Amino acid sequence: MTEKKKHIRNFSIIAHIDHGKSTLADRLLEVTNTVAKRDMQQQILDDMDLERERGITIKAHAVTLGYNEDGEEYELNLIDTPGHVDFNYEVSRSLAACEGAVLIVDATQGIEAQTLANTYLALDHDLELVPVINKIDLPAADPERVAADIEEVIGLDSEEAPRVSAKTGENVEDVLRQIVKLVPCPEGDDDAPLRALVFDSIYDNYKGVIVYVRIMDGTIRPGDTMKMMATGAQFTVVEVGKMAATSLSPRDKLSAGEVGYITASIKTVRDARVGDTVTTAQNPATEPLAGYKKVNPMVFCGIYPADGADYEALKEALEKLQLNDAALSFEPETSGALGFGFRCGFLGLLHLEIIQERLEREYNLDLVSTVPSVIYKIHMRGGEVLEIDNPTKYPDPAEIDYSEEPMTDAHIFSPPEFVGTIMDLCQERRGFYKDMKYLSADRVELSYDLPLNEIIYDFFDALKSRTRGYASFDYELSGYARSNLVKLDVLLNGDTIDALSFIIHSDKAYGRARKIAEKLKDNIPKHQFEIPVQIAIGGKVIARETVKAMRKDVLAKCYGGDITRKKKLLEKQKEGKKRMRSFGTVEVPQEAFMAILKLDEQ
Amino acid sequence: MKGLYIHIPFCRSKCPYCDFYSCLSKNADIESFVNAVIDEIKTGRRATEFTKNSDLSFDTVYFGGGTPSVIGADNIGRIINCAKKYYSISDKAEITVECNPSTVDDEFFRKLSFYGVNRISLGMQSAVDNERRKLGRFADRNQVLSVIDSAKKYGIDNISLDVMLGIPDQTIESLDDTIDFCIETGAPHISAYMLSIEDGTVFHKRIDTLNLPDEDTVCKMYLHLSEKLRNAGFRHYEISNFAKSGYESRHNTKYWNCEEYLGIGPSAHSFIDSQRFFLERDINSFISGEKAVYDCTGGDREEYMMLRLRLSDGIVFEDYKVRFGEDFSSETIKKALDFEKQGLMTVSETSFSLTTDGFLISNYIISELIN
Repeated sequence: MTEKKKHIRNFSIIAHIDHGKSTLADRLLEVTNTVAKRDMQQQILDDMDLERERGITIKAHAVTLGYNEDGEEYELNLIDTPGHVDFNYEVSRSLAACEGAVLIVDATQGIEAQTLANTYLALDHDLELVPVINKIDLPAADPERVAADIEEVIGLDSEEAPRVSAKTGENVEDVLRQIVKLVPCPEGDDDAPLRALVFDSIYDNYKGVIVYVRIMDGTIRPGDTMKMMATGAQFTVVEVGKMAATSLSPRDKLSAGEVGYITASIKTVRDARVGDTVTTAQNPATEPLAGYKKVNPMVFCGIYPADGADYEALKEALEKLQLNDAALSFEPETSGALGFGFRCGFLGLLHLEIIQERLEREYNLDLVSTVPSVIYKIHMRGGEVLEIDNPTKYPDPAEIDYSEEPMTDAHIFSPPEFVGTIMDLCQERRGFYKDMKYLSADRVELSYDLPLNEIIYDFFDALKSRTRGYASFDYELSGYARSNLVKLDVLLNGDTIDALSFIIHSDKAYGRARKIAEKLKDNIPKHQFEIPVQIAIGGKVIARETVKAMRKDVLAKCYGGDITRKKKLLEKQKEGKKRMRSFGTVEVPQEAFMAILKLDEQ
Repeated sequence: MKGLYIHIPFCRSKCPYCDFYSCLSKNADIESFVNAVIDEIKTGRRATEFTKNSDLSFDTVYFGGGTPSVIGADNIGRIINCAKKYYSISDKAEITVECNPSTVDDEFFRKLSFYGVNRISLGMQSAVDNERRKLGRFADRNQVLSVIDSAKKYGIDNISLDVMLGIPDQTIESLDDTIDFCIETGAPHISAYMLSIEDGTVFHKRIDTLNLPDEDTVCKMYLHLSEKLRNAGFRHYEISNFAKSGYESRHNTKYWNCEEYLGIGPSAHSFIDSQRFFLERDINSFISGEKAVYDCTGGDREEYMMLRLRLSDGIVFEDYKVRFGEDFSSETIKKALDFEKQGLMTVSETSFSLTTDGFLISNYIISELIN
């Protein structure tokens, strides 16, 4: 029988990046005594170093808060969500586990791109929104104006929205009161067949995968045989329980309306993917919960160890990261230029950067990566359609009927004075203007159709620098559009360097080719012979430079017996050589690859 | 036997290309500097800090700088006499003093000869007056000639002339003029350095205003000079050095042979008992007796290769075996054979060495061989 669980509230916090989501979460943990003050470290839910440093949440996390109001004891389940578009699917699953969401808006910044994107996502899930205006302690704060914006742009009554400072803790209790008041309590039938939504899963060295679930119907206990409805995989439940802030607290069961975890000696997160429904083998549900989809990578690049000997170490590191990140894909790839490495797939550019950074930082690897690519659809004359995410697999242009590239629906929010600059940028990036809306006197929303391959190519950095950081940006994939694509090949001394090839719109080919040729010329050290650097489309060379032959490399004088100086020079040369890649007779330093990736930073 | 190097850090003025350690002589207390050198020789305080070996016997003494001639012949004599008293200096020791043609005269050489100096190295740089002036060297061509005559007059006929390649306004033709001049003087030793513009020098700041020959031209100059001097009876025995038979610099050869030497004076380096150490580049800390700074252990295989390959005799496999107790690596010889095909090295059953073309890119070749 369906009943209301009057003392439970399940909610998320949504916000634009840097509007204070993790800080508010910290304060809520503190005022409910979920974490003793002495154990408090900043942004407790962001437990990866990288999350804390970059101020972003990469993985969802959840915690149960105990809250007493007017003698009633409430159980508030806070489900943290990643804020970035790359992780949209995870956000969406987190929201599906809730009945309400706290919407934080920065009192100095107002509504930003992700404020709206996340709001729409929450409304899609029929969540009750609890607006909160944060950072009232800052001198530039204007809570009343921001409240007016929220009412006007989102249509949300903000008169009673708590005005808080998550930093100082001011008025934070009001947020808890509003949650209890506004967020509906969950309902469900404890005796129905089990249906639990997986909104996150993490790998733990001791327990295996810890599956975070929201129970919609039914009850789960240790000893039950759980079954993943999407994959059919079955496991014997070892433990169920609730999440305290820094530990797990086992219970004898989890029932409808509750948020908690399950462990069942599961070996990889791929077996308990976010979005899947858990039921029991003994009494299975007939229908899974709505909306499970396998998330597919959208951005690809080759990742190679700088030192070929690190191949196994790289493989192991990727495997370990994948235990915790079902969205990361990789498969072995061989490049004539870079040797053995992996073709890796990511949700987006941020995801790519995070993985690269974790590989370098947590696994101490020195990497060379190729230019990121998206998936192009190549329609062949024979009617076949190829999906190409790797330039080396690009077919012979003579066989191609036409090509398509992925497009996005992009929204940029900015103060009005940058509109011209932003339009220029979008124009350069082959964007199609769709719409411009004034959200308020000092906030404009620009909508564009932008090709994804232009976005992955440092669009965000360019936007930030041209608008001095004032503009915010959000996009979602909107489909494929016909496009005039070409593949650029880089030839050194006449040999094609496969790892440097990439696919580009033909209008941009010449400009890019010239820049690449120049960069390579500057970054390839002189050899004993002259090296022609050529950029070609098919067999046609469209840009050319020459690395002159080394004529002279000699240290003339011995400085009063100072051998060390010579030795250092030699050592430097040796060290440099280690970071070189041999292509036939040409040696290319890692920096040359990096330089090509960062063409626009001049 | 070891080599003894004395660094005299004084100059009349700082040349615009020079980054060796020096200070202006008018500002510095030459007297207390010379006293500090003498004190060091007497006590051996810093020389023996990192070594157990107190055997200080030398068969070469080299006064480098700076401009050693600016402290005057008598101060040089004091130092030599002191070294003879407290160290063991062999009778046939080569004793060299670097001289700037504009700071010496007849009397200077008379005294040097008296104190036992038997070799001078003249910082001529170019025989073309205009070129020399741009390098901050103000003696004219005739002055250079008369300095050479004076030295010879007092029996110092082991004379080395410094020549620079790649200096402002220099051309192949003007270099030819300089080479002819060198040959005509009869000096049996020539050092030829390519100008390199170092950070912190006046040339570095003014690099855009200098009319420097391009790299290709400098390479041509080097090859031309080598060929011409060889035709005139010189041996191109080290990357930057040419000598008539028997006149090779014995002191500098110690560096290239990985032999031992003791350096005294600010910025002077020492290599004794496989230990490398040096004194700070600061005259005041030298005078106040500041301790030597430990650098590293030296004399290993790589260092030996790096230094010996500067010599046209290169690496003699038998010598290598005596020194390191093992055969020279056949893999390295294989690499050398590749370079030989390109005309950059000569490989025989008993040794290998760089050719003149090889010298030009010696850093590259040596690092390839060592890897």
